[in-house]
Amino acid sequence: MIFSILVSVFVVSTIGAVLAAVLCASEYFFRSYGPCEITVNNERKLNVEGGSNLLSVLTEQKIFIPSACGGRGTCGLCKLKIQEGAGPLLPTEEPFLTAEEKNSNIRLSCQVKVRNNLKIEIPPELFAIREYVCKCTEITDLTYDMKQFRFELIEPKTMGYIPGQYVQLLTPVYKKGIEEVYRAYSISSDPADKNAIELIIRLVPGGICTTYCFEYLKVGDTVKVNGPYGQFRLSDTNAPIIFIAGGSGMAPIKCMLHHMKNTSNKRPATYYFGGNTVKDLCLLDLMRSFEKDIPNFKFVPVVARPAEGETWNGQTGLVTEAVKRNVKNASECEAYLCGSPGMIDAAIKILLELGMSIKQIFYDKFE
Amino acid sequence: MNQTPEIWQVFVVCISAVFTQNMVLTYFLGLCPFLGVSRELKAAMGLGAAVVFVLTATCMLNWLLYHYVIIPLGLYFFRFILFIIVIAAFVQFIEMVIERYSPVLYQSLGIFLPLITVNCAILGAALFMVIRDYSFIITVGYSLGSGIGWFMAIVTLAGIRQKLTYSRIPRGLQGPGIAVIIAGIMALAFIGFTGVLQGR
Repeated sequence: MIFSILVSVFVVSTIGAVLAAVLCASEYFFRSYGPCEITVNNERKLNVEGGSNLLSVLTEQKIFIPSACGGRGTCGLCKLKIQEGAGPLLPTEEPFLTAEEKNSNIRLSCQVKVRNNLKIEIPPELFAIREYVCKCTEITDLTYDMKQFRFELIEPKTMGYIPGQYVQLLTPVYKKGIEEVYRAYSISSDPADKNAIELIIRLVPGGICTTYCFEYLKVGDTVKVNGPYGQFRLSDTNAPIIFIAGGSGMAPIKCMLHHMKNTSNKRPATYYFGGNTVKDLCLLDLMRSFEKDIPNFKFVPVVARPAEGETWNGQTGLVTEAVKRNVKNASECEAYLCGSPGMIDAAIKILLELGMSIKQIFYDKFE
Repeated sequence: MNQTPEIWQVFVVCISAVFTQNMVLTYFLGLCPFLGVSRELKAAMGLGAAVVFVLTATCMLNWLLYHYVIIPLGLYFFRFILFIIVIAAFVQFIEMVIERYSPVLYQSLGIFLPLITVNCAILGAALFMVIRDYSFIITVGYSLGSGIGWFMAIVTLAGIRQKLTYSRIPRGLQGPGIAVIIAGIMALAFIGFTGVLQGR
């Protein structure tokens, strides 16, 4: 009896061990791709270890490609032209690429695995993107679910960015079972303030990065960001501006308004700021002071449904309805939108109905 | 049994595993990926091919394990665990090979490749082979036939479902609902093969 138990235990564990050994050996054989060479723009050569995706390999080499989702293949921002060596197009990339892009070898760098030598093209402006070590110096509550974080730049000490651009915040491993992730946030601070940046972050229940910012990040902590990224910026024209943003979408608009104040910009501008209830609104005092300091600026907060017991004398309804009521000269204006995809799509629809052309609408979608 | 040559038996077992004793349509084994991956013909073919390969290979491995380890050492009660370990290790191995040599197939199979590990058709075939006391060569024919039968069923279902994209299906039945009904009708059709090979 004892003998047969011992034999069976021995046999089962031996078979398990043999199979595990075979798997380890094949893992070593199949998963290692050896050193690979990446040729960037036909001039720079990078020697890297194959096996991981191109986006993370480039990040290790301090070349930062814009990515809002942190390499999960959901934002479609990390597009690069890969001239040679990328292998066939993957089903995960297809939804993000137009037929034209597919023909010119544009790929999502987070989905392409480095398996052999690659030849890639990186737009030169991306080399200006750097990694910044910063210290959190201030955390301000804006609303019940939004906070403003101030980060002082330590190394390098200044960041040159265009108002409207965003940075990626690296979330460290703050508890077990979580990987390092990057999340994109627009810069909301005054561009004149060269040694610090501010980000407005709204709590996403269960979100890896926002949970870190709201529950773990403390004043005095050191974090890493990289950037600046993005094409969302004010144009050089004199067309009247319509800003539309809700919630943390205020961030890039706030930065643009600081810039308009600093340069005494006389362009007529109206900012429609939407919230569900009165307690979703924030920074109203700052906006009122902008109304005084920026020559032709008007701030219109809109509350969708004031909660019971809240007093609200301003405009009510959806922010898009307020735009429809108030804007008469849409075809002459330019619109700058920032917020959730739903809000942006609704705003674009209304603006087109009002006679604005799609070329006059600029937006920054939070995916 | 009469003296039929073994090669003829292999052929009969193989054909009957494809048609009269189809894994999914007669025994309802491996239904989860059958319904899950049959939306698209390409993915269905990939998964079907993976099942054919894994089923045949693991059945052969498990036959050797059963006759040269389990029976001599009297470990009959451990057969489930041992079969599962072999299947799991083999699927892991195949996953690595596919990732290396065919990234497109790897991506389109996605989660379903690891899911083959717990595909009951694979374990079912190994257990049937034990119950029916097949010889090694017959096991090869049987597992190949079972795999091909599963492949055929999922590819047929995927083809039908792809055609159905252009049909007007009542709202409540769209998706898995209509797939289950189609699978049922296909199973009825396969019952028509019963008796064709009986008595051999």
